[in-house]
Order: sequence, then structure tokens, then C-alpha cells
Amino acid sequence: MSRAGALALKQPPEFEPAAPRAAQEGPVIAAPVIAARGLSLTYTTADGPVHALSNVDLAVAPGEFVSFIGPSGCGKTTLLRCVADLEQPTGGELTVNGVGAEAARLRRDYGFVFQAPALYPWRTIARNVALPLEIFGVPRAERRERVAHYLDLVQLFGFANKFPWQLSGGMQQRASIARALCFDPKLLLMDEPFGALDEIVRDHLNAQLLELWRKTAKTVLFVTHSIPEAVYLSTRVVVMSPRPGRIIDIVDCTALGRERPLEIRESPEFLRLGQRVREGLRAGHAYDA
Amino acid sequence: MTRRAARIGLLTPVALIGGAALAVAAHRSGTAGAAGPGFWLAAFLVWLAATLAARDIAALEPRTATGRRLVRLSVPLLFGLLVLVLWEALVVGVGVPAVLMPPPSAIAARFATALPVLGADFVQTCLKSALPGYVIGSLSGLGVAILADRLPVLGRGLLPVANVASALPIVGIAPIMVMWFGFDWPSKAAVVAVMTFFPMLVQAGAGLAATGGIERDLMRTYAAGYGRTLLSLRLPMALPFLFTALKVNATLALIGAIVAEFFGTPIVGMGFRISIEAARLSLDMVWAEIALAALAGSAFYGLIALAERVATGWHPSVRTG
Repeated sequence: MSRAGALALKQPPEFEPAAPRAAQEGPVIAAPVIAARGLSLTYTTADGPVHALSNVDLAVAPGEFVSFIGPSGCGKTTLLRCVADLEQPTGGELTVNGVGAEAARLRRDYGFVFQAPALYPWRTIARNVALPLEIFGVPRAERRERVAHYLDLVQLFGFANKFPWQLSGGMQQRASIARALCFDPKLLLMDEPFGALDEIVRDHLNAQLLELWRKTAKTVLFVTHSIPEAVYLSTRVVVMSPRPGRIIDIVDCTALGRERPLEIRESPEFLRLGQRVREGLRAGHAYDA
Repeated sequence: MTRRAARIGLLTPVALIGGAALAVAAHRSGTAGAAGPGFWLAAFLVWLAATLAARDIAALEPRTATGRRLVRLSVPLLFGLLVLVLWEALVVGVGVPAVLMPPPSAIAARFATALPVLGADFVQTCLKSALPGYVIGSLSGLGVAILADRLPVLGRGLLPVANVASALPIVGIAPIMVMWFGFDWPSKAAVVAVMTFFPMLVQAGAGLAATGGIERDLMRTYAAGYGRTLLSLRLPMALPFLFTALKVNATLALIGAIVAEFFGTPIVGMGFRISIEAARLSLDMVWAEIALAALAGSAFYGLIALAERVATGWHPSVRTG
């Protein structure tokens, strides 16, 4: 419980009596959106147990942009999927917006962007973006308004009536981001959303995503393989290492500010941060070897 | 290009007019049953002209969509006409007895005079037996596939039984269905339902399994339940599979309804007519029923294929741009 202060959860009213105790133990920072304590996930396979996540502690404050970086198998995607309640941790505690991951999923607290756009080919772009709104029972007029707004936000306004296969890969992924944003979740979970795109499109989308994050003040968890992408986008970069998947370093990137032109990637500060992430990754590998 | 166009312009009329003349000439008193070498040479030339014309037309590459459709249609049309003409010339020229093989003209004449009977048979076999059986069989196949997907335990018990059902021979179940449902169309519909059930079950099972993990995860992040995921994602994804089954079943249903009528039926129906007229050696009526079955089957299949194009226009196998 020594870290309880740093993790002080904003409890729902029925847990109110617990709050003063947390206040006694340390300074209360803004209630975290994500709070993981000793989080573990072990798969049982034919070759014995695989520790996808081992003893992960993490707190993410509202409005942060946190990237997870590490080699394949380090559990970064698993961690994101645990937050989304697409995987169930086998140990530890995890709260999302102050409640369990399942409760958060059931009240539709987050939008998830997958590695692939996963647009439904029988729906137009507009109707793909409207899908969650339809499921949530949003009235037709409001649906149309929101779809128009979010398509505009990801610069796809003229493509509302196109079908997914008529768009490029980058445009499809932008449509899937609009779909994740359109019901206005406070939390955006992104699992290597730009991994399949070429570098030029990726740069462009990174700049757009940053702009979007500044405009909407969402909390973003972002899984990536790319060091420049992670440093460029994030307020903090979480460096992970495999077998067992765990956090080995957390690099604070707030020094870069919130306004980040693409050229910032040549600045000494950016290169220094990138170097630190790279060293973290190397250390993880050394431990592994 | 211009030489080919000229060849088509010359050969097509030769094939068409020559073919018509050949069919008429076959019936002349000196030729019918005793055609000479001149007649057979003419038949050979008509065949040659039609084949060459078809080859040249097939090699055309029109720029407009209408032109391409025209080319696609005209080759099989020309070929079909050639088959009819040669059939007529051969059967009449050689003098084959009508009991063995009536000429197309006799079949067409019989078709025209027997329209009321054919109409009644069509209503009995296609509309009353095949169609309800088709709908019941296909729907229950889909229903059981969904049930087996929803309740895996049930699925493991049901699927082997369904497999056995699919192996039942139609000649075995048709008399049993007559015992259960009587002589009239309900027993035929039951046979058709049994026959069409299994293709739909298999295809629907494959279609429901065709949804990718990411798409399902997406529905999960929306906290969408089983029914919602089924309606919004898995059934649309399964549509191409469902249409495959519907097309297979369209043909199966007609075969099933006709064959089932061989095992007890009221005195109407295409299967009944075929069996009774064959026994009376009026093969032209049998052929008229076969022509009707071919027409009805093709029309039904075409209707389903058209519905497929409309419903799954998004699918890579169908979409145009």
C-alpha cells in the first residue's frame, strides 16, 4: 500500500470512506484513468506457462498520451487488451476510470483502434463510423451530425458515401479512428494503428493524431514498434521487455511541449529522449540474453 | 479488326439463314428419313459457319459495357441455336422414331398445345412443392447452424445427426414422406426440405465462422451482445456463403420435387406427367416437361443470382469498382 498515494483512485460515491485514508498517505494527484497494480497475465500452453505480463504497475492521468514500446512478445498489446477487457489478467488489480475493466467496457468508456481498420465492407464509410452509435441507440439525426463532425475531424468529409475498398489504407485507418471517436469516449486505446502503413503516410497521420489529441483532450494509450513515433506523440513512453512482459523504464516526454511540428524530431531534446528509449529497449534485451 | 468484322458480318447471316433453311428442308418429303449427301454437306457448312462466327465474336473486345454484354450473350445464343438446328436436321433427316428422340419442332409444338397442362403441373410441382420445401429447408438449415454456433454442446450433438440426414437417399425418404404427409404436395415439400436443409447448414456454419477476430473484438468493445453481433456483423459476413447454399438448393429443390412425385402423387405435377407420358411413349410431352423444368430452374437460379448481386455487391467476387 506504500504507493497508494500515487495511485489514489477517485472512488465512486459508495467507496467514499476510503478516500480520506489515501489522502493521509500522500499528496493526491488527479484521479488516474488507468491504475494497474501488480498486474500479471499467464497463459498456459503445451510448453508450460507463458508470462505475457508480470507485475506491471502503472498509473495514467487524464489527458495523457502514453505510448507502449517494446519488442514482439513484451506484452504491450496484451496490456492494452487487458485495459479493454478483451483479455482477463490472472493476477493483480486493474481499474479503468475508477471501475473494473469489464464494467468500463460495458459502459463504453473507451474507443479502440485496431492494427487493421476492420471496417465492414458492406457499409459505407459514413455507416461504418455510425456503427457504434447505432448499437448504442443514438437517434438518427444525432448520428448523422456526429458522423459528419468526426469524418471532418479526420479529413474524410468527401468520402462519406464511399465503400472501404475504394479508400487507401491510410484513409481506412483514419475512418476507423473516426469510428472510435464518434461516441466521444474519454479514453482512446490504439494498438499499432499505423503499423501497416508506409513512413510518409505514417508521419502525416502522426501529426494529425497529435492535433486531434490536443483538440479533444482525450487520454490515449498507444502501442507501437517505432521509437520516433512513440517519442513524437507521447507525454510518456513506457518501455517494456519480453519474457516475462514487464515495464523497464518510463520516459517522460513532456519537455517537448504540446505543440510539436514534425521538425521537432531533429531537435537535440527529441534525439536524447529517443536515445533513452533505445537504451531501455537494449537493457531489456540484455536481461533477456 | 475490320477483316474480323467483315467475317462476322458474312458468317453470322449465313449460319442463321442457312440453319433455318436446313431445318425447314429436313421436313421435305424427299429428305425426311432419307437425306442425301447434299443435305449433310449443307448441315456441315452451317455448323462450320456458326463455329467460325462464334469464334470471331468471342474474340471481339468491345469498349462499351453494353457491347461486352452483347458479346457475352451472343456466343451461347448462337451455339444454342446451332444445337437445335443440328438436332432437328439429324433427327428428321435420319428419320429417328419420335419415341426415341423427337425433333425440337415437335417438342415446341407439343409445348404450345399442352400449355394448360404444363401450367397446372408447374403450379403443383414448382410453386406448391419445391418452393415451400426450399424455404423451410433453407431457413431451418440456417436456424440450426445458428443454434449450433450459440450452443456448442448442442452443435456437437446435432451436426453428426445432420450428416446422417444428408446421406439419406431421396428414393428412400420420398415414400416415407408420402406415408407421413399424404399423396399431395406436403409430402413433396417435406422431401425438398430434407434435401435443401443440409447444404444450407454446412454453408451457414462456414459463413458464421468466417468473421475475423478483430471484427468480433470490435463488437465486444461496443459491449454488443450475441444477437447484435450476429445481426450487425456475422450474418452480413456470411451472406456470400448463404447465397451459395441458396443457389445449390434452387436446383436441388426442383429435382427433389420432380423425383418425389414418382412415389405416389395426385394426377398432376411435372414428375407425375413425366412418368405417365414416358409409359405412354409420348416422349414429346416428356421433353416438353423437361424444357419446362429447365426454364423454371434457370429462372429461379437467375433470380437468386440477381438477389445475390444486389445483397452482396460489396464482396470482392461481385463488386465492380
